Amino acid sequence: MSAQDILVLAEVNQDAVADITFELLGGARELAGATGGQVVAVLLGHDVAKHAESLSAADRLIVIDDEQLADFSPAPYLAVLESLVGSEGPRAVLAGSTTIGLDVAPMLGAKLNAPVVNACQQVAVEGDLLKITAAICGGKVLAEVEVSASPAVLLILPGSFRPTEETGAATVESRPSPVELHRGAVTFEKMILPAPGDVDITQQDVLVAVGRGIQQEDNMKVAEELAAVLGGELAASRPIIDQGWLPTTRQVGKSGMIVKPKCFIALGVSGAPEHVEGMKDSELIIAVNTDPGAPIFDVADYGVVADLLDVAPALTEAIK
Amino acid sequence: MNIAVVVRQVPDLVEPLEIDASGAALDVDEVEFLINETDDHALEQALLLKESGGGSITVVAIDFGQVDDVLYTAAAKGADRIVKIPYDDDDRPPRPAEAAAMIAEAVKDIDAELVLVGSSAHDELEGVLAPLLALKLELPYLGVIRGVKPGEGGSVTAFKEFPGAAMAQMNVKLPAVLGILAADQPPRYVPVSRIRAAMKSTEFEEKETAAAVPEPNVTVLRMHHPEPSGRAEMLTGSEDEVAARLAEILKEKGVVQ
Ligand SMILES: Cc1cc2nc3c(=O)[nH]c(=O)nc-3n(C[C@H](O)[C@H](O)[C@H](O)COP(=O)(O)OP(=O)(O)OC[C@H]3O[C@@H](n4cnc5c(N)ncnc54)[C@H](O)[C@@H]3O)c2cc1C
Ligand SMILES: Nc1ncnc2c1ncn2[C@@H]1O[C@H](COP(=O)(O)O)[C@@H](O)[C@H]1O
Repeated sequence: MSAQDILVLAEVNQDAVADITFELLGGARELAGATGGQVVAVLLGHDVAKHAESLSAADRLIVIDDEQLADFSPAPYLAVLESLVGSEGPRAVLAGSTTIGLDVAPMLGAKLNAPVVNACQQVAVEGDLLKITAAICGGKVLAEVEVSASPAVLLILPGSFRPTEETGAATVESRPSPVELHRGAVTFEKMILPAPGDVDITQQDVLVAVGRGIQQEDNMKVAEELAAVLGGELAASRPIIDQGWLPTTRQVGKSGMIVKPKCFIALGVSGAPEHVEGMKDSELIIAVNTDPGAPIFDVADYGVVADLLDVAPALTEAIK
Repeated sequence: MNIAVVVRQVPDLVEPLEIDASGAALDVDEVEFLINETDDHALEQALLLKESGGGSITVVAIDFGQVDDVLYTAAAKGADRIVKIPYDDDDRPPRPAEAAAMIAEAVKDIDAELVLVGSSAHDELEGVLAPLLALKLELPYLGVIRGVKPGEGGSVTAFKEFPGAAMAQMNVKLPAVLGILAADQPPRYVPVSRIRAAMKSTEFEEKETAAAVPEPNVTVLRMHHPEPSGRAEMLTGSEDEVAARLAEILKEKGVVQ
């Protein structure tokens, strides 16, 4: 336990350690190298000790096993973390900018009177300071910020750090919850998985992804026709799913699917970090967007600044 | 059910975002403000709950940007009361912790069983309003929610998003604060004529707050636009030229025969 340690909030999703956790461990290793502290991973849950081995890149792994932690609910998670972070006194707490991190980290910071920075993409140690680059406004603005107080609570955007591939020899400390947990006002009932039957976009070679730039449901046929001549399937950014124009199974990104097709064509997608997280590892990325400053062009291999309603039909014809 | 909905203003990302002379903040004078998208969904979710089970909706907002437009629109959609919190700094939107302190004071007077607020906003840098508001109100919180259904015995069922298009069905005993990512339906459209009518008939209630505002503990040194990575090779020409070149690339890469 040292004031130079970097604490990582580990996450388990559908019985597997989440990818973001390996990224956080990768980032934490570099930060701990600079502070001279240790990487302390914290895993909360019930019957989760089996995941200890995959988290061995940490120097220490604290496992808090409690029935009340079996399924995520903010209050018990917060209660445990407040106590644990309070007693560990690390330099920084790294949480993923995820459905769990977003619920817990801001309150953790407030409870500990600690600075909280959202949407962090880069973190560096400079003496007593942490220098952070955060991507706000959908990635259109970078904010460079500095915090001096410890611990700093940092919500890290997925894809920011290189995942650790190390398999270290973390000392595993299994402990009971440091605070008494009771059933709070928020209780888990069941997990609803996407209905099977729709195509699995993670298994496609070619995806034509539509974003809000498609503007109207009628225009979807432009993308459908392109997907058809390419032998691919339609995918989408979240606003399209929220409109109900495609089922949730077609959503690419943080809360949707992580896809790595041979070819990903983004039509009218801005390239917000939450979307990019789900498609950046595609082999070939082509983006069509009217805005030359759209962040999607930073991940694309080929870009076209034009109206998708002109380019998509022309491409369909050219391929035919 | 008595529902409070919190709405706020965020920069329109479709317009260019300028950095101000300090170099460390957005130039508020050059920004087009609009309703935070997830707050719009929070309002829609409130309207849907009211339609299915009755009750009343109070919309609460800090007076910043062009919030009046948003509030009249909310009234036109069916909000029963509008509470506006005076805020004197025109140059700087309130930070999440500051907004939470101010809004909590106003919401306490409303006696709401359910407080709905967007689960995040794209300009939040130092914390997240929704959970901080719950903390200030000393109410349970659950965020990143995609749909809320009325439940049994003073509770609601909320659907919390998880990766892989999965959703956790959660029971939430009221009173509580929910951070909404998306409502059960997309936000409804309301004709301009109804908004105009609402402008004539709606009275805003002003609610001064004397909330102690926490000092910032994060220093913003600089804001800037990301350097284009230069990764993408940009194709130019007529749409047919571009299409022909793209078709060639797809062929070279073996995507099409
Ligand atoms: C917790 C959380 C989870 C999220 N998870 C996801 C996720 O899994 N997946 C996801 O996609 N998003 C997710 N989001 C939302 C994400 O932040 C963005 O809001 C979303 O990705 C934006 O979608 P978009 O690019 O379609 O829309 P916008 O950002 O509105 O972009 C539309 C683009 O279309 C361009 N355009 C407009 N007209 C045309 C035209 N005629 N031709 C060509 N281009 C045009 C515009 O220049 C613009 O760049 C999440 C957000 C949160 C807070
Ligand atoms: N240690 C804890 N374990 C589980 N739930 C808790 C814990 N502390 C508070 N809660 C719940 O969290 C909600 C908010 O509590 P409070 O901290 O009193 O504002 C209430 O529903 C409490 O029941």
